[in-house]
Amino acid sequence: MVGGAGTAEAAVRPAHRVVLLAVVAIGVLGLLAASGLGNSLVYYRTPSELAAQPGGSAQRVRLGGLVARGSVRQEGQSVRFVLTDGAADVTVLHRGDPGGVFQEGQGALVEGTYAADGVFRSDVLMVKHDNTYQPPSEVARRSAERGPIPEGSV
Amino acid sequence: MQTRPMSLRRRIEHLVGGMAAVAGVQLLVLGLAVAPPDAVQGQPQRLMYVHVPSAWVAYLAFGTVLVSSVAYLVRRDLAWDRRAQAAAELGVGLTGLAIVLGSLWGRPVWGVWWTWEPRLVTTAVLLLTYVGYLAVRGLSGDAHVNARRAAVVGVAGFVNVPVVHFSVVWWRTLHQPPTLLQAGGDPRIAAVMLAALLTGVVAFTLGALWLYLRRLRALMPLAPREDGEAVPVLEVTVTRGAPR
Repeated sequence: MVGGAGTAEAAVRPAHRVVLLAVVAIGVLGLLAASGLGNSLVYYRTPSELAAQPGGSAQRVRLGGLVARGSVRQEGQSVRFVLTDGAADVTVLHRGDPGGVFQEGQGALVEGTYAADGVFRSDVLMVKHDNTYQPPSEVARRSAERGPIPEGSV
Repeated sequence: MQTRPMSLRRRIEHLVGGMAAVAGVQLLVLGLAVAPPDAVQGQPQRLMYVHVPSAWVAYLAFGTVLVSSVAYLVRRDLAWDRRAQAAAELGVGLTGLAIVLGSLWGRPVWGVWWTWEPRLVTTAVLLLTYVGYLAVRGLSGDAHVNARRAAVVGVAGFVNVPVVHFSVVWWRTLHQPPTLLQAGGDPRIAAVMLAALLTGVVAFTLGALWLYLRRLRALMPLAPREDGEAVPVLEVTVTRGAPR
């Protein structure tokens, strides 16, 4: 087939293709915009950052850290626990069930407000697990041998 | 109608398909039965054995689009354009599948189906980029014009692949960082789980290759032969007069 030197170009330009292309372009821009909403592309703050710059008590923020061992308590309909990054701790009071595989020693991301009383009140919780994959027997064996396994960084 | 002896291409296609089926069965056995549940995540972690291979083979498909697009731009042979198209179709399907499987994994483990965090957003952008690649192909009536435009998108769009992979390293994310494909350090995955994952990669690669070969066969232009059976013709491109 000899390459047609652009003769057919003017003839066929299906409208639905142009629309699809426009939708894709808008979709890409929209996704980028949506992901940029909030604190300038930072998905969550650490306890140290929150302690350094608490912000307004009405400002909704996302906080991420490690669920400190021994810190989880049920309080009626809420769960109280401590998120830590090794340098600073933040007490979190989460309304409702944590959901996911929430547990001590794993990460958690919470969305809510940081009140003046130093308690972070959240209503959205996402569990952030680490990048290790081990059977329960292996984890139990290591715990028995030398104490808790090193916790993944958040 | 007289049956012809099977061509080498067709034999390879059947062989790849057979191997893919075997690897698929092995994956089912390893992934569902042999591999243990994860200590932290429980049974849903088994989705890793299909979610991760989907994503990796999608990257491979988009790499194929990159190579084929460059080859088309250099040689102006529409055979390369067909290879790029078939690879992009596979890549789009696999990326969509990776997102769905990831969502199914995320709901019981993270607690959410979706969130606007960097790994998820960049993967969605990757998907839309190659949907755009496929859309660009249909704008003109001239095959070479379409091929040239698509090739440009196919080359430029590949930048999204390293962005998706490194998103969990460059930015704060909900999605965990890589376990295997990380710079330095020991991979922290139990041997039997690693075996299931690698089996998944083999199964998905072979399955995608089988689909790729079949799609290429379907995309080839046909010409009738004397006995009435259509055979594929080789594309001959005259560069003088072809648009640049």
